[in-house]
Parts: sequence; C-alpha cells; structure tokens
Amino acid sequence: MTMLKEGRPTAPQALNEADTTPATATGNRALMLEEALIFEIGSTETTGVDFAEAPKVVSRLGNLARTDGIGLPGLSEQETVRHYTRLSRQNYAIDLGLFPLGSCTMKHNPRLNEKVARMPGFADLHPLAPQSTVQGALAVIHELAAWLVTLTGMHSVAMSPKAGAHGELCGLLAIRAALEARGDARSVILVPESAHGTNPATAAFCGYKVEDIPATPDGRVDLEALKARLGPDVAAVMITNPNTCGLFERDMKTISDAVHAAGAFVYCDGANFNAIVGRVRPGDLGVDAMHINLHKTFSTPHGGGGPGSGPVVLSEALAPFAPLPFVEKQGDKFVLVEEETAEDHHGQTFGRMVAFHGQMGMFTRALTYILSHGADGLRQVATDAVLNANYILRSLDDVLDAPFGGSGPCMHEALFSDKGLAEGFTTLDIAKGLIDEGFHPMTMYFPLVVHGAMLVEPTETESKAALDQFILALRSLAERAKAGDEALKGAPYFAPRRRLDETLAARKPVLTWTEPELAEAAE
Amino acid sequence: MRYLPLTDTDRQDMLSVIGASSVDDLFVDVPAEARLPGKIAGLPDHASELAVERHMAALARKNLSAGEAPFFLGAGAYRHHVPASVDHLIQRGEFLTAYTPYQPEIAQGTLQVLFEFQTQVARLLGCDVANASMYDGSTACWEAIGMARRITKRGKAILSSGLHPHYVSVANTMAKFTGDVLVHEAPTLEAVTDIDALIAGIDKDTSCVVVQYPDILGRIADLTPLADAAHAAGALLVAVVTEPVALGAIKAPGHMGADIVVGEGQSIGVGLQFGGPYLGLFACKQKYVRQMPGRLCGETVDAAGKRGFVLTLSTREQHIRREKATSNICTNSGLCALAFSIHMTLLGEKGLRELAVLNHGLTVQAADRLAKVPGVTLLNDSFFNEFTLILSKDAREVVRNLADKGLLGGVSLGRLFPDAPEIGNGLVVAVTETVTAEDIEAFAKALEEELA
Repeated sequence: MTMLKEGRPTAPQALNEADTTPATATGNRALMLEEALIFEIGSTETTGVDFAEAPKVVSRLGNLARTDGIGLPGLSEQETVRHYTRLSRQNYAIDLGLFPLGSCTMKHNPRLNEKVARMPGFADLHPLAPQSTVQGALAVIHELAAWLVTLTGMHSVAMSPKAGAHGELCGLLAIRAALEARGDARSVILVPESAHGTNPATAAFCGYKVEDIPATPDGRVDLEALKARLGPDVAAVMITNPNTCGLFERDMKTISDAVHAAGAFVYCDGANFNAIVGRVRPGDLGVDAMHINLHKTFSTPHGGGGPGSGPVVLSEALAPFAPLPFVEKQGDKFVLVEEETAEDHHGQTFGRMVAFHGQMGMFTRALTYILSHGADGLRQVATDAVLNANYILRSLDDVLDAPFGGSGPCMHEALFSDKGLAEGFTTLDIAKGLIDEGFHPMTMYFPLVVHGAMLVEPTETESKAALDQFILALRSLAERAKAGDEALKGAPYFAPRRRLDETLAARKPVLTWTEPELAEAAE
Repeated sequence: MRYLPLTDTDRQDMLSVIGASSVDDLFVDVPAEARLPGKIAGLPDHASELAVERHMAALARKNLSAGEAPFFLGAGAYRHHVPASVDHLIQRGEFLTAYTPYQPEIAQGTLQVLFEFQTQVARLLGCDVANASMYDGSTACWEAIGMARRITKRGKAILSSGLHPHYVSVANTMAKFTGDVLVHEAPTLEAVTDIDALIAGIDKDTSCVVVQYPDILGRIADLTPLADAAHAAGALLVAVVTEPVALGAIKAPGHMGADIVVGEGQSIGVGLQFGGPYLGLFACKQKYVRQMPGRLCGETVDAAGKRGFVLTLSTREQHIRREKATSNICTNSGLCALAFSIHMTLLGEKGLRELAVLNHGLTVQAADRLAKVPGVTLLNDSFFNEFTLILSKDAREVVRNLADKGLLGGVSLGRLFPDAPEIGNGLVVAVTETVTAEDIEAFAKALEEELA
C-alpha cells in the first residue's frame, strides 16, 4: 500500500470478494441514498415558506373554520430541496440515457421549450383574462393549430383535449355527433387486436360496442375480414398507423375508402405520428380524426406520467362538430370562440370537453420544438426515427425472434418476441437485465398479438454510439436468456430496489401513509 | 438541426447494416401516392435557438401577464406565489424526462412522490384515499359522476347551481353520450347557496349530488345536511374544490360526509399557465377504491424485503381491462402532482394555515373596501378568498374597460353564464396573497370611475 507520511493511504488495496457488498449502518450506499417519507422526517410545526403578517379581521368563513389537525408535514427549504433531489436520483430518465419504450416515444426534451413555457407572458396568464390582454397566447394556439393541420393534411384541429386518450374521446364524440346529426344511430366500433388499451376503453366510454378486427400473419389489419364486417351498424374503425407492431398499414387508403363507402368514419390513433411526420399526411389516407400526442411526436416532457396533450385533427365532415373553445383569426385579431359566441357559426359543436382551453403549457413547448425543426427538420425526424429502429431490428434479429422481420422494414419501432429463450426465461428477465445494464427496459408484453412482446422505440434523438451500446447490452441479455443463465432471473441487482412484489401491493392495498401507532392499533 | 445526433456517415453505415440503399427504401410500405416527395411546402425551415426564442418572446410580450397588473381573477384558477425551489426541483431531468413508472425498480423517485401526494391530497380533502391525479378539476368532476353511477347503479346526477359552469358543460357533453341525466340550473344572486333546493331534489333515482365548496360565487355552506339527505336516499355526495388553499381554513368536505371529493389542484404549485396543464385531484372513501378511475400508487416490498412503491390495482385500468376499464384515462398530470406535492411539503400544515389566513384577511379587507364603491353590492355573507359583487351595470363591459386601463378586475358572470343575462351584473373577485393594499385601492378607484 502506498502511504503519505502522515499515514493516509493514497492507493486502494486489491479487492477481495467480501469487500464488494458490506452493509452500512444507514442503508445508504454512497451516492445511492435511501430517503424516508415526508411523514417520517417532517413535522406539522415546520414550514419552508415565510409570509407577511395577515391583517386582523373578523373571519367570514360561515362558522366552518377547520379545527382538526390536517396531518400535513412540512420541511424547511433546505430539507425540501434535499428530499426531492434524493428522490429524483432513484429515477431513470431520458436525460440519463436511451429510453426505448415502444409506442411511448421517449425523445429528448429540448430545454428551450422549458424556457419559453416559463416566460411570464405565457406562464403567468389567467385563462379567463379578457381577450384583449391575451392576444399573444391565442396567437400561439392559432399558429400551432396551423402547423398541425398542414403537417397532417387535415381540415381543422380541436386543441383542447388534455392527453391522447382524451383526444380519442374527442374524435369519437365528433363521429357520434356527426352520425346523430344525420339521424344514423350506429352501435359498433371496430378495433384491431393490436390497438392500445385506450382505444377499446374510449369506445366503450362513448357507449359503443367494441369488436376486434383480426390481424394477418404479417402483423397488419386483415382487410378482407374488415370489409366483411362493415355494415350499417358500424360507426367507425379505430386504426393505429403506423401500428403497434411498428408496421405501416399498407392498405390504409383502401380501408378508409371501404369504411366511408359503408357510411362509417376512420379514427386514426396518432400515437405513432413520430414515424411519418413530414413524410406522410394522414389526410391523404382518408383519415377523419386523429389525435396527436404532443408529448410524443413534439417533444413535450412526460414528467413521470403526464401532463400530456392530445389535439385532434379532423376531416371536413367532422369539423362542424368540434368541441369548444377554439381560436379563430378575425381580421388582425385572435378570438377565442366559446359558449358565449359559438351560436352564430358553430352551432353543431358537441360541447366542451374541459375547463378553459387545453394544455397551453404544452402548446408553447410544442410550437417551440416545431419552429426549431421546421419543415425540413421534421421530415428528418421521421427519417432518423425509422432509420434508428431498423438499425436495431437488423442488428439483433439474429439473436432475438423478430416476428414480422421477414415482411420488410419496420417504421419507428422494432418488435421482438420471447421465442427461443431457454425454458423458464421470459421477456421480464430481459427487461430487468437491461436495468442493470443502465437502460430503461423496452415496452414489454405489448402489443398483445405477439407472445412475450418486446417493443423497442429508440427515437431519432439517439446517436449511433448510444444505439450501439444498447445493442451490445440487449444482445448480451438475449444470449444469456437463451443459454439459461439463472443469474438473470434475479435482475436487477444494481437498481435502488430489487424486483417489487406487485401481488402484495394489489392484495392488501396501502395507498396512503398511516402513522405506525395508528396502523398498529387498526390491526 | 441540433436535436438530431446522426451524421451522414452514421446514416450510410447504418443503411449498410440494414441492407437498404437509401432511407426512402425504409418507407416502401407507404403507398407511393401517399409518400411526400420532399418537405411540405409553405412552412418555414429549421431555425436557431435564438431565432425561435425571439419569435416566442415577441408573442409572450403581446400578453398582459398577471404580475404586470393589479390582478383579481379566480373562478377556478388562482394566482398564488410559488416558491422558487418548486420550479427548480420539477426541472430536475430525472423527474421532468421520466416516463410513467412502469419499471418500479428505477422509478422509486416518482413512485414515492405519488405515494406522498396521495396521502397529502387525502388528508387535505378529508378522505381515506386519493389517486395519483387526473387531467384537471373539470374532468375529475365528470369521472366522479361516472363513478357514482357505477356504485349506485342509478343514472341521475343533481348538479348544484354553484358548480363551475365549465365543469357543468364538460359533464353535459359527456352525459349526452353516456345517457346520464343531469339536473342543473344557473345560479341566482343570493347570499345563501342552493343546498335546500338540492336536498329537496334528491329522489330514489339520484346517483349523486355534486356541489362546489366554496362555490362559483365564493359562498361557503355546511355540506353535512346535504350528505345526510343524499345518504338517506341511497345517493352519494360529490364535493368539488377548485381552490384547495381554502382547506387550510375551512372544514374538509370529506369530514362533512362527502363520499367522493374532487378538485383542481392548480393553485398549489402549478401556476396559471392560461388554463393548463392543471391537476385533477380525486379522493374518496376507502370502500369505493376499486371503482376509482386513474392511477394509484401503493406500498409494497422488494425481493430483498425493502419497502418500495408500485403502481397498483391496475386491473381497473384500460391497459389491462380495455373496454371494461373504469375510465379510458392513461396519462395523468404527474409533473403537476409533483409540483403540488413539493409546494405542499414546503408549506406544511403550519404554512398552509398561514397562507389561508393571509388570503382570507386580505379578501375581507378587499370585500369591505369594494362594497363601499357607489353602485357596488357585496353578495356574500360567507367567503374564503373569492366573493361576488353585484354592479350597477353589466360586468362584462366593466371587465373589458378595466383591462384597457391595465387592471385585471375579476371574472364577469356574463362570461361564465352567457345564457343567464339576469345575473350579468355579477362580478367574481378573487384575492390571494399576491394582492397588495395598493392593488385593492387601485381596483376600488377604477371601479368607482367605471360605475360613475
């Protein structure tokens, strides 16, 4: 051992096995810090905020003053910053590395978007402020709407839906309103087996009966089966294109024509618009309504589960039924058309879906992103997204089964199955192994049409070096799972937690914190 | 194209691995007639960060932001001071750029926050359990009506006239398609709420009564008699809170018998943002938890026995149940829930109570001052930080004229209830800790000029 003369070692001793995992008194492991709940470390007497003294008044709370202890612990500012900083470090994020969740489109979130959204002229604006004082905000909505309409080749757009599934709702409500307007009650919506779960859930929510459309062996909608099912009871067909197997629905235009001929509408789930933006316009394929997830294609942050934003582009046939409110340009002024003003020229609207006007904070971010890329950049976005996915598909299809790999290139995501893994090894094992390799796992067990599905979407914002590193990791895991490496079943080993017991969580749900003495008393 | 890392060399190398000669070959499945030959015409090309920032800043400057003027708007969205650390923390990339915590081993940060958030919300609203958030208050309100239908198997909901009109509109839109019957009337300008009328309207077909607390006119009423009447008829009480800061000062709806309490969480941590993204709060009694919509986070242990958190009871949700799900909601308001939770942690019970007392104190002063303006009558006997003034003329015009003078003076009932001209002289005024004594004085003076 090398020593300074004061006795402080300056070079490490050779490691032996026992050195690698000694326990610590705190449970912390250097930079991997355990963090208790605010209910365990805070107190109702502590606050991290100072206020001016309140005026002395006689209260007018209607004799309903709250006198019980609410049970909300506070922390000082320093403790608050530390609590959430420590918790943040237990999360994986795009800022840390590739996040290949198929169909979720985890692309880089440019920080200019964040800066713009926080400009006081956008962030500190009340939704019911007089229209003369919010002309710039209305201009943002109008400008973004124009981009979305042009990029999709559609007639108009409803901006207010709060997220993708809310957009689906908007599209189906417009379809139902259009059918009712022509006195045509229809009861069935056709949905492919490979659809996102939100599609059938939304259709059911709107009062429709959901029927599955089968897929062909090459992973696409079975056109003949669809045509055979069309009839006077079918209101709409919901199709995801590119679909959740990562494939473009080649027959989309033929499908649309057949659906229209049968008097029904085409709803397109636009979750995967990222793959075709600037290269294909859904309007050219006969689509009547399609939601666009601004948090997918247009880079607004996912924030650990939202907020999303789901504007819906509409065909001319559906436009009159679009929800309130919307922004119109009248002369050099922007006007928010809401209940008060809609009667004159938008009397067929199906109504309002949400308080106020939608996800303004996401509109500013998405428009910032769109202007950054421009028409040329957005086309390159789709091109690189598809290129990256195909690179992954062809770099791994020798070690992982690619169920539709034989039918040509994929779009923005590469789909693999668990076929060929050793007995007892699953997609879950590979996913958890990826965690130890420093990656977020791919989407697993979706779409349902493929056994043990692994859906990999790298997005266009990954470099070749990052893709190569990911391919190296996934190849190694595939080889281990095929060779029956038992150690893989214990993964992850290096994450803040080992595999968690989801069965226990569901069987005895503990959804809120209870003070231990109260919890004990309850038992 | 600063967000695209591939070089042309990379692209060529990758194409040769794929076995394609050009990127166009990767789009062969797109029918030829639908393939765009080049970039879409008529749109600008990519732009520098500086150029984009200039463009957006110019648009931002065309707005009169709340901080630039004496500001008194509420009616479902409130301007509170958000401590600097909140915005700093929610911009940590590990929170901002994470996805829904589907892989709990590497999402304990988000999951623990959600568990803490659920507990904070449940305690604030006075309920047993809360979910991990909804889109906003209006959609949470509709989801509560749907949940009450599933629980009671009845299809008629009675909506208080004091419920935010946008929330009523959302419910009306949805009810058209689900077949629910909604009973609702516009409010009248009285000091007392419509609780007696609501009680009288409950019958054996009623699934729930939906009441806002404080209501759209700022009035506060004890919900206990309403809860008792609803329960006696086998119906539920749904309470809606659009200003959660109020619950630092007044009784929680859950403690007055409400079965489901929903709300708009925007006023804690989230900011105005011209209406979104906001934060739907959703809480209820323990016995109804399996009928709840939306995500839930629960405590469990990992394989080594350590405490951890996971998304749970997902058999209610669309990605498992598909057409049989309790709701079609997928994405929620995770980042807004984080902001709410951080702000609430900074406040703690002590800070929340101080904030509430400060809001109420300033509001009492403002109400008394404005009521002295000739042509102005204060409607409310009770209020928290929002009240209604009855003016001597249509309030819409007054609001527009005040805006022209650089003063954002409340929300007119004409804008909120365009179909009820009889209440058009009403003006809803909110006063938070961001309002100064000078602002109140300026408002009073301007109102005096306007009504002279």
